Amino acid sequence: MSAEVFEFTADNRRKAVEFIAKYPDGRQASAVMPLLDLAQRQNGGWLPRAAMDHVAEVLEMPPIRVYEVATFYTMYNLKPIGKHHVQVCTNLPCWLRGSDGVAAACRKNLGVDFGETTADGKFTLSEAECLGACVNAPMMQIDDEYYEDLDLDSTKAILDELKAGGSPKPGPRNGRKGCEPAGGPTTLTATAGKAGK
Amino acid sequence: MLEDKDRIFNNIYGLKDTSLAGAKKLGDWDGTKAILGRGREAIVEEIKNSGLRGRGGAGFPTGLKWSFMPKVSDGRPHYLVINADEGEPGTCKDREILRHEPHKMVEGALLASFAMGANTAYIYIRGEFYREAEALQRAIDEAYDAGLIGKNACGSGWDFDFYIHRGAGAYICGEEGALLESLEGKKGLPRMKPPFPANMGLYGCPTTVNNVESITVTPTILRRGADWFNGIGREKNTGTKLFCISGHVNNPCTVEEAMSIPLKELIEKHCGGVIGGWERLKAVIPGGSSTPMMPRSVCDTVLMDFDGLKEAGSGLGTAAVIVMDENTDLIRAITRLSAFYKHESCGQCTPCREGTGWMWRMMKRMAVGDADVDEIDLLEEVSRQIEGHTICALGDAAAWPIQGLIRHFRPEMEQRIADFKTIRDDQAA
Repeated sequence: MSAEVFEFTADNRRKAVEFIAKYPDGRQASAVMPLLDLAQRQNGGWLPRAAMDHVAEVLEMPPIRVYEVATFYTMYNLKPIGKHHVQVCTNLPCWLRGSDGVAAACRKNLGVDFGETTADGKFTLSEAECLGACVNAPMMQIDDEYYEDLDLDSTKAILDELKAGGSPKPGPRNGRKGCEPAGGPTTLTATAGKAGK
Repeated sequence: MLEDKDRIFNNIYGLKDTSLAGAKKLGDWDGTKAILGRGREAIVEEIKNSGLRGRGGAGFPTGLKWSFMPKVSDGRPHYLVINADEGEPGTCKDREILRHEPHKMVEGALLASFAMGANTAYIYIRGEFYREAEALQRAIDEAYDAGLIGKNACGSGWDFDFYIHRGAGAYICGEEGALLESLEGKKGLPRMKPPFPANMGLYGCPTTVNNVESITVTPTILRRGADWFNGIGREKNTGTKLFCISGHVNNPCTVEEAMSIPLKELIEKHCGGVIGGWERLKAVIPGGSSTPMMPRSVCDTVLMDFDGLKEAGSGLGTAAVIVMDENTDLIRAITRLSAFYKHESCGQCTPCREGTGWMWRMMKRMAVGDADVDEIDLLEEVSRQIEGHTICALGDAAAWPIQGLIRHFRPEMEQRIADFKTIRDDQAA
């Protein structure tokens, strides 16, 4: 992606207008976060200065206000990033359940350390703070998806599938649904029935 | 034990249909128009009487918070802002509400907004919850299409718009002032109080910020009545609560239980117990990473509610229970949390900006034992200098886990220091 020039595509321009419409008249600066996200997605996962300047222009904001936001929030990438962003949570609940092993499996499989991108530009590996899926630890986020209840084998399988061009199924890897206890729920076991009555 | 008929979140695992049709079958959107017909005052009064305390961590009475909003508008619009910037390590309940109970959330947003005279609500969802935001947007779209929200919501004559705002990876935006700054398109820096949001919140207008779970339980409370809700749990700690139990239990999970359930019962009944048995338990962090840990002796009998955990020197926080067994290196565990707070400090206040980094560096030395015993006291003292000396509670949140470690496991820290010295002296000899 070019770092020199940036402009929203016609489709994204329409989306930008929809985002801006969520906020009161004169408060279009509120849309800076969704517009930066939109720009980043259009630009292969990162924000060159030209993209920030374009967002500033669309929102009639001083560019410095946009730079402030783009540099404050960790989800805006200010330099090029791999096609897939692999983020391993290493915070306490994940660490207690073996995130060191998940991180090691990622390092070994991808051949890069945290903060690095593979030579083919396909994967960037990052250490993440708590991603809010603690009862499904250890877990990692790849792009927009959560992969949960991981072990060494499932971590490797997910990365291998991505390398082969596939789309691994997100969610828990130990067969359970959502945040229910493994082995099945201990509550809500009676079928249906209206609550709230 | 709470019975299924008294569970509010009857689809928390997403095992049933989460669409509007499915949600209606489970009791959502039932008689909403009639509830609105009771009027603002009656709704606020009912929530007050239910004893509901905020589910985002601080435990402030929800009905009372709602009553702080102006009764009559001075021309400025009122706003409800729902905090879904869930990021306190250990906490993952709001995620389940967003993706599996979105209609309860939307209905709650309508009722709460109406009760506070707000025609608009925003929900601030952490950026990483991309699929969860999609799930909620689907529910919002369905509700608009069915006339449940939008112009003349539910045929009540009340207009209500509901918008999602996605964050972008800053834990600090879970603090209400920072959240409002972020929603206005700025860096997430906490605001000084006063003025309080009920007077000067979003865009300088009267605003109430509530947690997702607080808002989502309100439709059921209004349907079943305050007496039903405050009949569960114990005085000043009423109702049901989502608990997220992670770490060294056989079956980590999120589960809705009665407030005031004993910690031991919670773990044994729903999580298959501590791995290897209760006697292998070393410590529990009961309410998310900010709350001080408790040793097993306390865990044996402690009740999981605001007052029970406060008496035990900790707090209910977000009810995110992190369980650690006897093999856990607690000093390393707290060091990891210190790294987190250092990473997430917004940098606005000096004690927090400098202090979180200082404490993390000190904790890294404590973790290997490369320190003097006196430095444990210094660490404690510095943590007290940070606590209470910052605009928001992040400074407190960074200090408490360390204070909890020193309070209950100081001998372990001293032993680590002694072991390090022994090894170093042996190598020097």
